Formats: sequence, C-alpha cells, structure tokens
Amino acid sequence: MSFINTLINGTEGGLKTDGLTPMQKVTLRAVVFGVLYYGLAVLEGQLMRANSVAPGLFEENHYFSIMTVHPIVGIFGSTYLIVFGAFTFLVPYLMKKPLYSIKIANITWMSIATGTLMSWLGGAIYHYAPLYTLYWPLPVDFEQFNPIGGLVFVLGIAIIMIGTLLFIYNTFATVFYTEEGHEKRPLKPLILSALGIDGMLNIWYKITGREPYAKEPAVSLPVVAIFRGTIDTFLDAMVILTCGILILVYIVGDLSGAAMDYTSVNALLYKNFFWWGLDLIADGLVLIYVAGTWYLLAMMITGKKLFMQNIARAALLLELIVSWMVWSHHLLGDQGQPNIMKLLSGEMVTAFELVTQGIAVFITLVTLWSAKPLKMDNRLKFLLAGIMGFMIAIPAAILQADMGLNRILHNTQWIIFTHVHAAILIGLTMTLYAAIYTLWPILTNDVKLYSQKLADIHFWGHLLGALGMSCFMGLAAMDGALRRTIYVDGEYNLYMILGAIAGTMILVSWAVFLVNVVLSIGIKGLIGIYTPSKIDTKDLVPASE
Amino acid sequence: MEDSAGVLALLKIVYTIYVFAVLSLIYWFAKGVSNPKGKPRIVKPGTFYIYVGLLIFVGVSIHIFTFNKIPWVETDFKRHTIEKDPSFDKSKQMYNIIARQNKDRNSPNHGEQKFILPKDRLNADGMLEIECGKYVVFDVVSEDLTYGFGLFRQDGSMVTQMQVNPGSRNDLMWQFHKNGVYHIRSTEYSGAKGGRHMTIKNAVVVKGCDVDDSRSMLGGN
Ligand SMILES: [Cu+2]
Repeated sequence: MSFINTLINGTEGGLKTDGLTPMQKVTLRAVVFGVLYYGLAVLEGQLMRANSVAPGLFEENHYFSIMTVHPIVGIFGSTYLIVFGAFTFLVPYLMKKPLYSIKIANITWMSIATGTLMSWLGGAIYHYAPLYTLYWPLPVDFEQFNPIGGLVFVLGIAIIMIGTLLFIYNTFATVFYTEEGHEKRPLKPLILSALGIDGMLNIWYKITGREPYAKEPAVSLPVVAIFRGTIDTFLDAMVILTCGILILVYIVGDLSGAAMDYTSVNALLYKNFFWWGLDLIADGLVLIYVAGTWYLLAMMITGKKLFMQNIARAALLLELIVSWMVWSHHLLGDQGQPNIMKLLSGEMVTAFELVTQGIAVFITLVTLWSAKPLKMDNRLKFLLAGIMGFMIAIPAAILQADMGLNRILHNTQWIIFTHVHAAILIGLTMTLYAAIYTLWPILTNDVKLYSQKLADIHFWGHLLGALGMSCFMGLAAMDGALRRTIYVDGEYNLYMILGAIAGTMILVSWAVFLVNVVLSIGIKGLIGIYTPSKIDTKDLVPASE
Repeated sequence: MEDSAGVLALLKIVYTIYVFAVLSLIYWFAKGVSNPKGKPRIVKPGTFYIYVGLLIFVGVSIHIFTFNKIPWVETDFKRHTIEKDPSFDKSKQMYNIIARQNKDRNSPNHGEQKFILPKDRLNADGMLEIECGKYVVFDVVSEDLTYGFGLFRQDGSMVTQMQVNPGSRNDLMWQFHKNGVYHIRSTEYSGAKGGRHMTIKNAVVVKGCDVDDSRSMLGGN
C-alpha cells in the first residue's frame, strides 16, 4: 500500500507543484520530455542491436526506418529538449535577471516535441528511410520511398528547427535586454563578454603589463559558452532548414509529376554544404555546450572560481571558429574533394579539437582537484564519467580524420560507436545527468530522491553498458563491420551478442532512473508539471518567506 | 604495415591500451579527489602550457606518422602524376565500373541497385585480374544515387574504400602487394535494396606476388 502511495504522491510528499514558478515548470516540462524521448531512442537502439543478433527480426525497410529516426529522436527529441530546457533556466539564473519570455520557452519545447513525433511518424507509418534524407542520398530516391513519408518526415524536422530558432531568439534576448525596473544595460560590454573578446583582451593586457581590461566580466563563463554554442546552433538550424526546403522541392516535384533529375543538384557540393552545417552540431555546439556545462558544474560543486578562466574563455572562441572549418573530415573518402581541403580542413584543423576539448578536460579536472576533498555525490560521479566519455570518443574521431586511416575506417562502425556513441552515451548523457542532479533541488524545491541505491544502479548500468557497447562494436568495426548494414550470415556474431547485452544494460538503467524519478516526485507531481502555474511571477524560484 | 590488416591490428592494440589508460586515470582521479585526507592542490599554469603543447604535438604527429607509414596516402596525392605517366596503360590498369538502380516499376527487381563490372575485362573465372605491385584505378560512375565502393577480404575485413557520388569523379588508385581474392561491396547505405545487396563475391583476384594474403585466399590457391 505504501508503495502505491509513494508512486502517486512521491517521496515525503513528492513534488509540490502548486509551489512551482512558471520558470521551474517550463524547464521541467522540457526536461521530462527529453528524458522520455531519450528512452525511445535507447529502445530503438536496442531493437537494432537485437536485429543484429537475430537478423530478420525486422523487415529490412522497417529496420532502416528505425535507424533513420533514431538520431532524430536522440539528438533533437532528447538532447535538444534537455539542453534547451536547462539553458533556458540557467541563462537567467546566472545573469541574475528574468528570462526574456516564458511564453516563447513554452512554445519552444512544444515545437521540438511535436516535430520529433512527426518525423518519427514519417518513419513509423511510411517506413521513410533514406537516412536523414536530410542526409546525402541526394537526389532524393522516390523509387524506394514514398514522397508522402518524406513530406511528413521533413516537415517534422522543420518544426523542430523553428522551435530551435525560438530558443536561440529567447537566449540572445535574455542576454541583451534590459529588464523592467532596471537601469539601462549597456550593450558593448555584454557583446564583448559574450563573444569572449574581454578574455582575450585580458590576456593581451597582461602580456603588455597593464591592468586587466575587465576585472569582472559582464557575462559569466557558462553563459559565454551557451552564447557561443548558440551561434553554431543558429547556423546549423539555417543549414538544416535549407536542406529541408531542397528536399521539399524534390518531393513536390515528384508528387506533381515533374520529377527533378539526379544531376539537378551536385551531390558532392550538397555534401559539403550539409556537412558544414551538421558539424556545427557535432563539432560545434555539442563540444562548446559540454565544456560550458563542465565549467558550471565544476564551479557549483567546488564553490570556487575556474582554473585559467581567461584561457577557458579564449578557448571557447577558438572552438567556435574551429567548428566552422572542420567539415572536410567527412569527405576524406570522396575522391572529387580537393586534396588540399582534405589536408587542411579534414586533418589539420580537425586535430585542433583534440586541443580545445583537451583544454576543457584539463581545466575542469584541475578546478575539482583544487577543492579536495570532495564528496563523491551523484553530481561529481556523473561529471567524471562524462569527462571520461569524451576522453575516449574524441581521439577516436581524430584518428578517423586521418587520410590514411579513413581509407580503411570510413563508414565502418568505428565512427558510429567508438566515436559517436562513446561521445553521446558516455560523454554527453552522463554530463546531462550530472546537470540534472545539480539542478534537481533548485527546480523541484528540494524533493528528496527516492533511492540512492537506484541512482547507483543507474550510474553503473549506464556506464558499463555504454562503454561495453562502444568497445565491442568498435572491435567489430576494425574487422570490417560496416555501419547501416545488416549482416545475415552470422558475421561478427560474438561482438553483436556482447553489444546487445551491453545495450540491454543501457535500456534497463534508463528504466531504473525513470522509476527513481517517478517515485521521488510522484505521478501527481509529474502531471502537475504540465498544469498552469499557480504563482504569477517572472522570478526563477519561489521567493523565500 | 603495408596493408590495411597490419594497420588495423596495430590500431586495435593502441586504442585498447589507450582506453584502459583513460579508465585508470579517471579511477585514480576519483579516488584522489574524494579522499577525505586530501588537501586542496593548486596546479601551476606552467603545467597547463606543457599539457597544451603535448596535445598539439600528439595531434600533429598522428598525421605525420600515418603519412610515413601508410603507403596509400602518398598514392592519393600522386595519383594524377602516375596516371599521366606513359608507362601507365589505361587499357590494363584502369577498371570502369557502373553503379545503377533499377527504375523499371514493372520489374520484380524494381528499386534494386547493382555494380556493373566491365565485361571485356573479366578473366575466365569472371574476375578482374590484377597484377601484383602495379598501380590500378577503379573508376566508378554512379548513374543515380550516392553509393560507396569497397574491397573486402574473405574474412570480411576492409582492404580499401571510397565514396561514389553521382556527377563527380570517383576513382580510387590502389596497389596490391599480396595474392588474394577480394569481394566488392557498397560501403554506403542507399536504401534497403542497396547496401549489402550490392555485393559481388570474389570479384577481384591479385596474382604474381611472392606473399599471399592469408586472410583472403580462396580454397587455398
Ligand atoms: Cu564532423
């Protein structure tokens, strides 16, 4: 009986939603959907792992439609929602002023959640699967795929991008606007600081023996990272929208009977454009947002200033510029791509990501080290695991971004698992869990966690599962296992079985996390997040009596 | 390290060691940072700069190392000079291959995608026969979608690959140093009816070398 009671009402009364501010609610709404979509992405992944153990479990076109929506659900439905939700709260929190618009924040999460669902339906109903088609099988192939499916899928992406643009607008507006009742905020120091130019000037003034340019930067370091990453988010949204429109033109052409020829758009040129844009996510905003989150968590956990603050600010700007020039590492297998582009953009500039990300790892670890001894709580545990994930994932990508190794690794599972899944499942997801545990008391007004034991099971299950899957699939890749390929003759069987077992651990630990959260806040609390707030305030947290 | 099998074997060892090194480092850090007897420690900026220097050194030396140790990088850069050399005999050293999708909506094989090998270049066993040590070029033209072109050993491991885009040049120059029989397959997903279905088993045979590719011999020939 008491279990049912806890399930409904939560631990020690659970989440008292009447006491939540509109800001707390909008943040929780986005994060909850993000966590649910994360579960969907993991389930999809697990279905694919199962199919690789028992090929034929799914029809091939069904299998590939799962594969097509998997990154959409994972990247946009889950990561974007969690990250945007958290940043929508953190930017005003760190700048000590209200969010520019709570209404826009609500439309943002609803658009992204709806758009993801729509893209997912494009796969589920129509088995639409030219893999992203916002990907390069351009020209769009209507011999195999239903154009209506493409329409649903691409419109879903467009809605996600519109939500993304709203988030960007709200974030920039929050940094720059002057709130009611406050004296006019001057724009110049804010812009200089948001771009990180003040950090560079500080270094320059120090070298030339002068007083620092700005003793107290106008914008705190994590906000600098969010701002910087959001520039890439914007550019990326524009590229994806453009690609989407291009695909739409093909779809409309096909539906109206005036199908476009495959030579209408040069495939290699399109590929350059597409990867330039997509790398603003993979090599831009992810790394910048992650670095910013690590810095924030390190400061919150230690209560200290960040080690080498100015360098960190400058490195974030370097990371932004690097992210604009690395895309050729995706075209090392394309013989038409000029060798000089492969060499400079694909190899050399890309190698700088080892430096920028390495700096972020070092600064975060040293900051933690400077505050010994620390308590190994959930925040710290997940943070360290997240850092470890990127330490494994980044060099894997640098190795593949080598003209020699790319020739024998391209389109194998190496990039997908040793790099992408190590980066996302260990690096990014563990970092996001660290952020969730850090924000938990602030967002829920101190709801008690139902069980620390379940939190530990979640931690270890997820860590070992993600690590295992990345490693086993990486080993298969070095034996020639291709990505996006079903092997039906029992090739790589041992690795596939081990990979599926590891994948199951990820799925189970996610379920454990979900159960722990629901038993903490209660189903009542969960539903209450989505009802209108009873407090009319722009404050972030309820005023203390 | 003259072929991909050697490079991949080394990569396996190096990366496994690296992953274990990272795991141990984080374990050591976690123990240290949470040790109740630990005292706060400030790291000197000098250490930081040495570390950054080290990262740059590693990032650059990976590419210098592979450039010197992996032979096909140089081939990629010298391809045009080699092709223009009078000793390069196109009729023997160049293979024109086509990738195409079946667009006949009435055909039972509608949507299927295929590689088409040059018929006049096949030997009696129906294979492209390649002389050991000679530069050869695989020139693949896509008539519709984006494909990939790869050569694979009998044990499934990859010899080499390239992307195949419609409307651009997709030619891969390669040198074989071991006898063996290789499969051709697409390395790029192009719908459920492409990909693995584009495999041509035992499409390429290399003869005349002193050494055999132990992972790619057909029936012990
Ligand atoms: Cu990239």
